[in-house]
Amino acid sequence: MLKRFAGWWLAGPATLAVLVFLMLPVAATIATTFGEDGGIFAPYIAFFNSGFRRTVLWRTIEISLATTAISLVVGFLTAYVVSKSPGKLKSLLIIAAVFPLLTGVVVRSFAWLIILGKNGILNNFLVGIGAISEPLSMLYTQGSVIVAMVYLFVPLMILTLVGVLENIPDDVVQASASLGATPAGTFRQVILPLAVPGLIVGAVLVFTGSFTAYATPQLLGGERQMVMGTLMYQRAMVSFDWVGASTIAAIMVVITITVVLAMSRVARRLNPMAT
Amino acid sequence: MMTSRINPLLILFTVVVYIFLMGPLIIVLGASVSDTTYLTFPPQGLTLRWFENIFEISAFRRTIITSLELAFLATGLALLVGIPAAYALNRYRIKLPSWLSTVFVLPILVPEIVLGFSLLKSVAVGMETPIFLTLLIGHMLLVLPYCVRVVSASLASFDFSIEEAAVSLGSPPVKTFFTIVLPNVRSGVIAAFILAFITSINDVSTSLFLTGPGISTLPIQILAHVEQFFDPTIASVSVLLMLLTVAVMAIVERTLGLTFLAK
Repeated sequence: MLKRFAGWWLAGPATLAVLVFLMLPVAATIATTFGEDGGIFAPYIAFFNSGFRRTVLWRTIEISLATTAISLVVGFLTAYVVSKSPGKLKSLLIIAAVFPLLTGVVVRSFAWLIILGKNGILNNFLVGIGAISEPLSMLYTQGSVIVAMVYLFVPLMILTLVGVLENIPDDVVQASASLGATPAGTFRQVILPLAVPGLIVGAVLVFTGSFTAYATPQLLGGERQMVMGTLMYQRAMVSFDWVGASTIAAIMVVITITVVLAMSRVARRLNPMAT
Repeated sequence: MMTSRINPLLILFTVVVYIFLMGPLIIVLGASVSDTTYLTFPPQGLTLRWFENIFEISAFRRTIITSLELAFLATGLALLVGIPAAYALNRYRIKLPSWLSTVFVLPILVPEIVLGFSLLKSVAVGMETPIFLTLLIGHMLLVLPYCVRVVSASLASFDFSIEEAAVSLGSPPVKTFFTIVLPNVRSGVIAAFILAFITSINDVSTSLFLTGPGISTLPIQILAHVEQFFDPTIASVSVLLMLLTVAVMAIVERTLGLTFLAK
């Protein structure tokens, strides 16, 4: 008896922990958004009827898309150079990407407060060289949030893509060259398509990460650039509107899961190595 | 030979990217030793008083201890339930339903901030659980997927026939696990511990709803402090956290080699 169910006994505690303390509470949160007074979808109607909340949702999508697009380009080009670097330099470049990744979100966002502030380093520098006469207001703009988010996610993208690029067999690249393709042609027609599944994995990580972020938009966007995460906190802890906060939570969960499922399907379809 | 074929513009671009990656952290380091009451770079004068100041602020002293306790306990608990789960998923693959491994992907699919909020509603308020315990549950769930996945990956390359050999020679199953299986996946367990520990120490989103005036974690305290004071104390706390990262990377380098982190 004990032997037959050994697998269940061993996997049980961890499985139960996830089901009881993650699945149930999250399901309960989502459940409270339905069956309210005024119709089953009332909280959602209220959310989308509010111009302010629609703006927040749209702004969050914009910031996440911009962060994802920039991180993809920067991360891919950098990962390409890293993957082609000789051994010692390569490990050094990988370490230099791991270090910021392991340093917390708060620390990395705080760094940008020092750089972009009114009396920050960038303003002092620009005034110093005479490029501008008055310090610019760079904080609490969509741009400042995007810069800090890109900073947050580029290391992740580099590390994901270095792994992917290193798995591309050398034979394929050599075959392309010996058949007369220029290095740029090989890059575009061989390496890029083979990296697509990895690019999609990276893009999903960055998009869902930025869509649900809290610390970075809070520090660099503040009240003026409210996003879904900061709005959810404000609804729950400032206005004590728990149904409103739960509605935002539900929208986040639905968008995250939709993006993950849709993109993993796309990744499977676009994988040129799959037959 | 390979390097020479990369477009020089691409190399220049990579250099700029790495300056972008390292620059802000160097600026924080510089600002933390500046002998000014405001944050500035390059530092003006050199002082370590902002580091002393961290320990003079009781909120920082308290939250540093809470964060360390939380990280050790959450990681320990996650490994305690995660290692057996990883073992079961590999050893009894055929007997267990396929959805079981998906269960451990779920915490990744649920946004951390949603997990924190749901724990506040259902566990802290709904079940009247003490807030530290709720925080611990949250952090345990946050790091559990890393533990299961990383230990699972190293178990995947473990040859279970070694274990069977030990058992058939009369070694009791539990003893076999500790003397044969566990030593063989040691590197996976260390990696899981480190990843989990650093994730817990740095977490904001899960802890956000589970902290208050009575109990808080270091990152949440930093967020609260920045909004009121903009002095170099925050830079010095940040440097402490960076030193922790360096220490972690040194441990990984000693035990597993740093290329491990790139995987």
